[in-house]
Amino acid sequence: MNRLAFRRNVWHLLLIPLCLVWIYPFVWMVSAAFKTPREMLIGGLSLLPDDATLENFRRAWTTAKFSTYTANTITYSIAVVVLVLLVASTAGYALARPGLPGKKVLVGLLIATMFIPHGYTIIPTFLLVNGLGLGNGLLGAALAQAGPALVVPVLLFMGFFSGIPKELEEAARMDGAGYLRTYWKVMLPLAKPVMGTVALMNFIGAWNAFFIPLVFTLGNPDLRTLGVGMYGFYGQDTTDWTGLAAAACISVIPIVVVFLFLQRTFVEGIAGAVKS
Amino acid sequence: MTTTVERPRAKVPAAQRTPRRPGRFRKHLWSYLFLVPMVLLFGGFTVWPLMASWWYSFFDWDGVGTPSNWVGFANFAEVLRADAFWRAFWHSLVFSLAAIFVELPLALVLAILLNNSWLRFRNLYRLVLFLPVVATTAVIGIVIAILLDPAGGLVNRILLDTGLVDQPVNFLGSTSTALPTLLSIDVWKGFGITLIYWLAALQTVPKELQEAAEIDGAGFWRALRFVTLPVVMPIAIVILLLVFQRSLNTFDLVRAVTEGGPDYATDVVPTYIYRFAFDPSLQAPRYGFASAAGVVFGLLTLVVTLLQAPFLRRRLDGGRR
Repeated sequence: MNRLAFRRNVWHLLLIPLCLVWIYPFVWMVSAAFKTPREMLIGGLSLLPDDATLENFRRAWTTAKFSTYTANTITYSIAVVVLVLLVASTAGYALARPGLPGKKVLVGLLIATMFIPHGYTIIPTFLLVNGLGLGNGLLGAALAQAGPALVVPVLLFMGFFSGIPKELEEAARMDGAGYLRTYWKVMLPLAKPVMGTVALMNFIGAWNAFFIPLVFTLGNPDLRTLGVGMYGFYGQDTTDWTGLAAAACISVIPIVVVFLFLQRTFVEGIAGAVKS
Repeated sequence: MTTTVERPRAKVPAAQRTPRRPGRFRKHLWSYLFLVPMVLLFGGFTVWPLMASWWYSFFDWDGVGTPSNWVGFANFAEVLRADAFWRAFWHSLVFSLAAIFVELPLALVLAILLNNSWLRFRNLYRLVLFLPVVATTAVIGIVIAILLDPAGGLVNRILLDTGLVDQPVNFLGSTSTALPTLLSIDVWKGFGITLIYWLAALQTVPKELQEAAEIDGAGFWRALRFVTLPVVMPIAIVILLLVFQRSLNTFDLVRAVTEGGPDYATDVVPTYIYRFAFDPSLQAPRYGFASAAGVVFGLLTLVVTLLQAPFLRRRLDGGRR
């Protein structure tokens, strides 16, 4: 028995160093963000700053405009989540109605686009948003982000609503609730678990999005999100390492905290993509 | 499609059918209204861009006004003749090869280890390995670029101090090491997702089956070979496809960290196309040419995906209950 326990615990000798190396960039990022540029330059390898300072955060927050970028990122992410939730839940509810003519075609089309390689469709997307007059705003970027992200949420909502016993809807109808009321007051509250998964996945996706915000803020640096802002900051000043580290903390720590609190939902959401 | 929907209805006696028809439509009117936002958004941002890419690719067009200068297949010919495009395509392919042949098997090994309920702290390990996934690629990529900096970056300092190298290694600045370095960062970044995929797949192996194998005295390797892998295999194809699609479209990391350099050594197709459409140093964007490159890339991806289709079909047939 002892030998078995030993053989099992031996794995930790492999896993612990691996994990330490794995999260080292995060640890370094936080440590560097509190160091003075001088200490960074002289370069002790110590992770604990000799003389912890908030100066880097101040510089990133005001001079490098990360306060604006944070606000933009929050706006953008919430807009994407609201769009996806509204559009996917209504569509999923409609598609879950038994015997809806045309349902199979639509669902087939949705699934088919998941398997068609998209190559590179940013140019028409960019031109469409510009054509709608939304080219210089975060709403246009949010639309471009939410549109292609719809398929999985629609299927999730459809699957969930299909599983709800019909009696429940009939009872609601007996009580005089119309289609809209039944959806909003009865069905949507039941779908909270799905809404949670969809919201979280898309929030993290939008927060971390780089490509679409980059393309849509080329002409307007004040609309940059955190990822694009970090890229701009790095492009301007590759030597302000402590400032960059502080900016990275501002971008990464909020989303890591969100993830840590809701990790079960998130991990199950990803795993669900494989299982279904 | 409509015929299959209509057919069962024809069997209903006419007397019953006629009064129900207007009601049927009324009943579904709301459903169709509910579908409108999705159809608009999906149509506008998924279906239309797919078709419009094709259309634009036949024009020489800088994005001003509507495309009018029809050039036929000239853009396609130029893309196919451009060495830079093929170099970028090769790099994109290398990203997916790294994901398939390095990330996928390593993640499976760790997933098998972390799937054992006797392993203590396995949830903590899983969490740590997953952490890079939730960090913004562009941001954490830049953090790593600083760690790898030749002038005073932490990695080089350690390498010099321990005497492993005499000269600092310019990981991201030299043409020979830039691509492998980015590949490693990409594997690190995506590893957590693949790990979760595998863990989800391993959880579909019925406990009774594993216990039965143990009772029969099958060792670890035999149980893996004859019980676990056959059950996991159909899901593995889906995982392969997901990982392939993700890695082939690598953009954020390359754009943020090296911008395709040095000397295009890390250029991938998305950054290649981006340059022709959006690079501010361009006098005029070349939307037509960039679209053609996108279409060619899409077709090439389709070919590579279709090579996996036989596996996929088997999975779909086997998976249907």
